[in-house]
Amino acid sequence: MLAVARTLVERDLLLALRRKSDVFTALLFFVIVASLFPLGIGAEPNQLRAIAPGVIWVAALLSSMLSLARLFAADHADGTLEQMLLGAAPLGIVVAAKAAAHWLVSGLPLVLIAPLIALQYDLERPLHGVLALSLLLGTPVLSIIGAIGAALTLGLRGGGILLSLLVLPLYVPVLIMGAGAVEMAGAGLDPGGQLLLMGAFLVVAVAFAPLATAAALRISLE
Amino acid sequence: MSEFFYMGGYGFYVWGSYGVAFALLAIELVLLRKRTQRK
Amino acid sequence: MTTQSIKWFWFASPATFYPLAGTLARVTGLLAAVFTLAGLYVGFFVAPTDAQQGEAYRIIYVHVPAAWMSMFIYVVMAFWAAVGFAMQTRLSAMMARSLAPTGALMTFIALWTGSLWGKPTWGTWWVWDARLTSELILLFLYFGYMALVASIDERRRADKAGALLLLVGVVNIPIIHYSVQWWNTLHQGASVSVSKGSSMAPSMLTGMLLVALGFWMYSIAVAMVRVRCEIRENE
Repeated sequence: MLAVARTLVERDLLLALRRKSDVFTALLFFVIVASLFPLGIGAEPNQLRAIAPGVIWVAALLSSMLSLARLFAADHADGTLEQMLLGAAPLGIVVAAKAAAHWLVSGLPLVLIAPLIALQYDLERPLHGVLALSLLLGTPVLSIIGAIGAALTLGLRGGGILLSLLVLPLYVPVLIMGAGAVEMAGAGLDPGGQLLLMGAFLVVAVAFAPLATAAALRISLE
Repeated sequence: MSEFFYMGGYGFYVWGSYGVAFALLAIELVLLRKRTQRK
Repeated sequence: MTTQSIKWFWFASPATFYPLAGTLARVTGLLAAVFTLAGLYVGFFVAPTDAQQGEAYRIIYVHVPAAWMSMFIYVVMAFWAAVGFAMQTRLSAMMARSLAPTGALMTFIALWTGSLWGKPTWGTWWVWDARLTSELILLFLYFGYMALVASIDERRRADKAGALLLLVGVVNIPIIHYSVQWWNTLHQGASVSVSKGSSMAPSMLTGMLLVALGFWMYSIAVAMVRVRCEIRENE
């Protein structure tokens, strides 16, 4: 089962590498959105420092969500998805592997770039670590919960916007916890509890979301 | 009676609330009526 | 199979449920009017004025029942979603579809009245307190369901997709609620909240409960009429 998962992850990564533009588009979107806020609000340093965790988190959310539509679209178009449905591998594993590959391509780069954005906002140095950790724990959850929405809206017209509407309310707790952890650290409180909670959230999401996504895929493809 | 409408100065907020709430419920009923008559 | 379960499945057929829905609609419709009027009477003429908020607090008699119904209806929709998956009945999906517009409407009423309550109390047209913020997200959940079901042409897929979305949503509601509550305490020193601060007189509670009962009866009545339309349009 692990071998199947690894093969699938490697396959998706290979496909993503062939279209490197997708990877960079998501990353670029993240950077651009984060740069828009000072342009809209003004570059007062204290204000920017205060909004930095929230802005970076919202930008990560939006960027992750934008690339969700691609999760199943390519495989759906050439019939591979139906093969996966009929295949021997449990659909939950297939879905989890695809979500993992999605995160490696769309989520992990954000975690790595976030400290640079934090510098743009002059966020205090000690908070960079908490920010990166919160994103590290949170972005996989975004990928895996977002997969449910991607599966439900497979092939529908108006797919992208509809996907956003379905998935954003589900993202709210992750956003609150992630940005909140950084803000707590900024206020001098220990973010450990929050981060542990996010870790627990990740574990639960990984356990259950693939099942819901698999069910959604079956509904969309039958 | 006028006290009732004045609501201690908060008439706008109280009647604005109830007015819109019941107007929306009424609209829901009207739309539903139209739907039953359409078939 | 006992005779009890046979009786339930008898009504699971849209054709046999149709006349029952009609009767239920008439009965609950009447009860809705009675309870709501009784509740409003108690709320405006029996319950005292609030010491801190004056007459403005009387918005509570429509705000809280609407908020309660907005959450209750979503849970009931999720219940029908679960039944639909378990029993493969068409009628369950019709019930979920029939409840959605009323649920969304109740949520909007809760938000609107909450806003008008917040203005004289806190000075702003929107108060980012835990309840209103949760209601706002609930509204998005309702719209998401209705949009998804509307955008799928094939009826069976729409029913099932909507049902799955409802189940995922209902599981997330407590998580959203608690995270919003935590967020609220994190960001506000004094708790800003659209609610009645001091303790409630019994007559206030009675008024609220009666109107809530009235709204509940109203929701059932409207859902029954709507489900009859669904049955007529699709069978």
